[in-house]
This record gives sequence, structure tokens and C-alpha cells, in this order.
Amino acid sequence: MSELVKIENLKVYYPIKSGFFDRVTDNVKAVDDVSLTIETGKTYGLVGESGSGKTTIGKVLVGLENPTSGKISFEGQVVTTIKQKKAINYNKDVQMIFQDSQSSLNPRKTIGDIISEPLRSFGVPGKIGAGYDGQRSFEQDKINARVLELLDIVGLPARTVTQYPFQFSGGQRQRIGVARALATNPKLIVADEPVSALDLSVQAQVLNFMKKIQRDYNISFLFISHDLGVVRYMTDNIAIMHNGRFVEIGTTEDIFDNAKHIFTKRLLSAIPSLDVKKREENRAERKRVEREFVQYKNDYYQQIGSYMRAYDLESISETHFVAIKKGEN
Amino acid sequence: MNEKILDSKNVSVSFRINGELQTALHKISVSIKRGEVLALVGESGSGKSTLAMSIMGLHNAEQTEVTGSITLDGHELIGLTERQFDQYRGVRVGMIFQDPLSSLNPLMKIGEQISEAIVVHDKNAPNLKGHVQRLLTDVGIINPKRVAQQYPHELSGGMRQRVMIAIALSNEPDLIIADEPTTALDATIQAQILDLIKEIQLKKNAGILLITHDLGVVAETADTVAVMYAGQIVEQADVEELFANPKHPYTRSLLRADPSNVSPGEELYAISGTVPALKDMDHSKDLFLQRIPWLSDDVVNATIDEELEVVGDNHFVRGNAWKTFEFLDVTEKGHAK
Repeated sequence: MSELVKIENLKVYYPIKSGFFDRVTDNVKAVDDVSLTIETGKTYGLVGESGSGKTTIGKVLVGLENPTSGKISFEGQVVTTIKQKKAINYNKDVQMIFQDSQSSLNPRKTIGDIISEPLRSFGVPGKIGAGYDGQRSFEQDKINARVLELLDIVGLPARTVTQYPFQFSGGQRQRIGVARALATNPKLIVADEPVSALDLSVQAQVLNFMKKIQRDYNISFLFISHDLGVVRYMTDNIAIMHNGRFVEIGTTEDIFDNAKHIFTKRLLSAIPSLDVKKREENRAERKRVEREFVQYKNDYYQQIGSYMRAYDLESISETHFVAIKKGEN
Repeated sequence: MNEKILDSKNVSVSFRINGELQTALHKISVSIKRGEVLALVGESGSGKSTLAMSIMGLHNAEQTEVTGSITLDGHELIGLTERQFDQYRGVRVGMIFQDPLSSLNPLMKIGEQISEAIVVHDKNAPNLKGHVQRLLTDVGIINPKRVAQQYPHELSGGMRQRVMIAIALSNEPDLIIADEPTTALDATIQAQILDLIKEIQLKKNAGILLITHDLGVVAETADTVAVMYAGQIVEQADVEELFANPKHPYTRSLLRADPSNVSPGEELYAISGTVPALKDMDHSKDLFLQRIPWLSDDVVNATIDEELEVVGDNHFVRGNAWKTFEFLDVTEKGHAK
């Protein structure tokens, strides 16, 4: 397995300014010293509650925001800042799918314009499939042909080209977002809650489709979600985030079958089960984990004022790391 | 315990669109007993919220035609005037909405909003402050005195939803309608709110109508489930029976589309197409069959009985297609017939 992206000691702080001179008096630590590696053709899941910093990591990775410190490398090249990313045309390789398809598609542009925009910026790749770095073409014919091809991949008819976003349902719009993300032949797609606004039937279409393009084109995903059912289905590796810190990382099996951190256990116990017979049991289990959380949180978190900071990650197996006080375990 | 608090019979709702009446709900009959949670499940556009709004009398009377009968504790609700409805709305029927931020007034303190809900119906309510604090304690808010003095933006999403539930409970309703109460919340908070709803169901002995598209929420909370599609109920059963023994193709398709029900190696079942537009809903047919590509036209267009067929104890299914329906590929994991 080859590494595609490596994030090391990433920190994103937002300053809090106050006082007469607007001096920086404190920082909001949205992302506080996290490291992760995404492998080629794999899906890395980022799980946590709202406000835990998942989306911030996604934004920094795509280049919508600069980190405060840390290092990001993409295929060995350092691409920490937006400037460094621009210099190597990074965004032809890294694209994003957004949660809200309504607000991420320009309502005044046709679908054809929307999908061809990244092609006009980065050119049409000569060959389809992640990893192709050869000649790119900017000819209008090629762009038009590629748009039609993309629409076909996501299962929309050719007449879509002249239509506008409002003419489509949520699931169709999400597929248009996927087509746009696919246009430049990316190696990595950051998918920020791509299905949380969709009905179950449509969600299944989009998830199947994401798995298919991963198989066909060897694309890697950073899959950001708070829905653990979806995450379990989609990902190979998972990081659980809380308050800007990773509290546990591991393979999907490590996390779901052998969770160690109290916060992970709490998240897992909250997944509603389809097994009706077990629901009283689940409820009791949730109560038990909640008590455990209150009782043992000092073993897992440093209390700094009202803020709970997770300890640094300790290895418990080759793939599995847990944030726990040193000397435990 | 067994009295029906809500009983609806043959409720149909039509909207006037471009001068023409178009049917959104077609002859829905459901009932809820005291202390029972009835879940309405279905995709967006299936009519779940339309039914809830008919019970609350929130449809615009000039643009909507509601027929059939909805009784609350024996009182007929259909045909009431706005003013008559006010005796029920917020008093005997409480409502919890999906998005607490947009249903709370951003300029009013939490305490005031809750007391407003009480005073509107009873100007001389005694010991208002005490009542508000008791309600906040009931919904699991630890520091009710402080929260009563705060504004909605100062609270987290889960806390806001608790406040909404407190407002819904403020007049000791007989029926609570919860329209996607946890859709906007994180998993841990969702679990807390569902546990709270369960607790209220037991303590207050109210009936609860839970509207959701999340099968996990249904399995955790409901006693009875009605699966809706295109303005009709396609299957209704006790919750254990429905998950153990689903019959209608729509129910079975939904279960196979749920990632938590399918192992990562298998493909999810993607239901093709979309819910038909109101004008294309021909309720003499089983409308879901249009979305199963491998069925023959004869099956899809067959006219079906208006009544649901009784297939078991308290288990009802629409149409005939379920008797022969099979998925094309593999057998259904855990649900093989």
C-alpha cells in the first residue's frame, strides 16, 4: 500500500481577539495536533460530533484554509499551505464533495458550466483513472465530450447539460457534485457528509456509486461523517475526533470490534440498532457507558478549565492507537 | 391503557395546485393508543408530514381539502374552525419539530417561551415560574434556573431540542407529534433524546406520533410502524413483526438500502427512480412497483384493493405484489422469506 497523503501534527487555531487593541488573547483550537495517513485507493473515515474539527481538517486538506502549523505532504511533495498547493496545481488531484448540494452548485449556471469549470482550470486528462499525470487538453471539444462522459458515469442523461440545479432532486444534485469532483481525474476526494441530507434510497445510490468509482479509478476518499452506520460500510480506516483531537484511530474492525477509548464506546453505544429485541439491552448499555464516561474521564482527558483535552495517542497494536493517560493499559 | 387517543379513518388530503385538486394523502387510517409510539416511515414526499399537519390543523383551509375523520379522544377534528382548533393545538396535541433553532424565537428567553405556551391557553396559570422549571427538569436539563434565563443561541442543538420538548409537554398533551425530532442531532444526542421520548411516553401516558425516515430510530423507539409511500400506507405492523417479517417490496427495499443492515462487502440495494409527482399518483395501483425495474407492466399497472390485506396479528400490507416479489440478485440477508 502506498501513501497518498500524510498529515503530520496539524494544528488549526482561530484567534480570539479582545480588548482595546484587538490583541489575540486566546485561541480556539479547532484542530489540535493530529496526524493521519491516507493510502491510495482506500477510504479514511473521520468521525466525530459537530464542532469536533472534522470539516476543518477536510478544508485544510483541500486548500480552503491554511493550517496554523503542521505539515501536509501529497505524494511526497509538501503542500501545507494554500500557496504551495497552488504552485503544483494540487486541486486537479484533490477535489471535494459537499454536504449540501443545493448551496454548493451555482444556481445561475447550467450543469454543463458547473462540471466544465474544473476542466477549464486544469484541462481534460488524456486518460481516465487516478494516477494519470500526462498531457491535459484545454480544447472546447474535449471539454464538452468529457462533461457528457461524466454525466454518463453518474447516470444522468445528456440533456442535463443545459439544465439548472433547481431542476434536480437532492440525490441527482449530489451526483452532479460527484461528477464535478471527478472531472479532473482526482486521486483524492474529500467527501464532507456527502449523504447526510439524502433519503435512504438515494443515499444507497450515492454510496454504491462512490464505491464503484473507487474500484474503477483507484480513488482515495477522506470520508467525513457523523453517521457510524455509513462509516462502517464505507471506510477502511477511521479516526474518532473529539474537541479537535484524535481520541482513537485504527482500522474499521479495530474501532467497531475492539473500541478502547471511552468516547468511542459512547459513540458506538449511541448507534440505533435495527434489532428490535435488543433495544432494552441497548438502552441499558448506553446508560452504563454514560456512567463509565463520567467515572473514568480523567483517565482519558486532561481537564483544562471546562475544556477536556484528550491525551496523546498510544499504540496498542500496529494499526490501533488510543488516547490514554501514560502508564495505563 | 388501551383507549385510542387518536383515531383517523380514511383521511385524504388534496392541495389546490394551479386550480386543480391534487391528492397528497389517500385514505389513511391509523390510530394511536395512550402510551403507544406509532412511527410513520417513508421517503421525503411520501406524505408523513402532511398527515401530521392535518392532525394539527395547520393546512391552509382555502388551498387544501381534507376529508375523512380524525378524532382526538373522541372529538372530531376535521372541519373545525381556526379558533376551535386552538383548543387542541398546543394543549391536547403537542408538537416537536425537526429544527429547534428555527422554531424557537431567537429574541425571547427560554423561560418566557415556555411560559408563553402555557399562558396562551390559560391566562391565570398559577405558579408559572415553578411550572417552567419543573418542565425543564422533566426533559433532563440540569440547571433549569439558568437555562430559563438564556436565549436559544446560547444552547446546544440537543439542549434546544429538549426545550422544544418541554414546550410540547407544557400543557400535558394527550398526543405528541414528533416530526423528525433527532434528524439534525449527533448520534449521542439523538440517543439521549430518544431515551427522553421513551421516558415521557411511560411517565405521561401520552400517545406519540413519531415521524422519521431513519429505520434505526424506528427500531429503537416505536411500538407500531406504518410505512408510507406516495400518500398511502403500504405496510403496518408491530415493530418486532415489521423488522422480523417485512412483506411489502418497499419495506424490504428500505431495509436492504440501510448500510447498518448490510455488511461492507455487499452492495446496498439502491431504489431506482423517485417518488412520483402528486399529479402522477394513481392511487388505484401500488405506486411503488414503478420503481422496481424488473417487474412486468402487468404487475406494475395492476389495479389493487383499496383495503390493506390482513396478513397476521395486527399486520397489514397493500396490494398483491408482495406475495411473489423477489429481489433479482442475492437472497435478503437475515430477511429471507
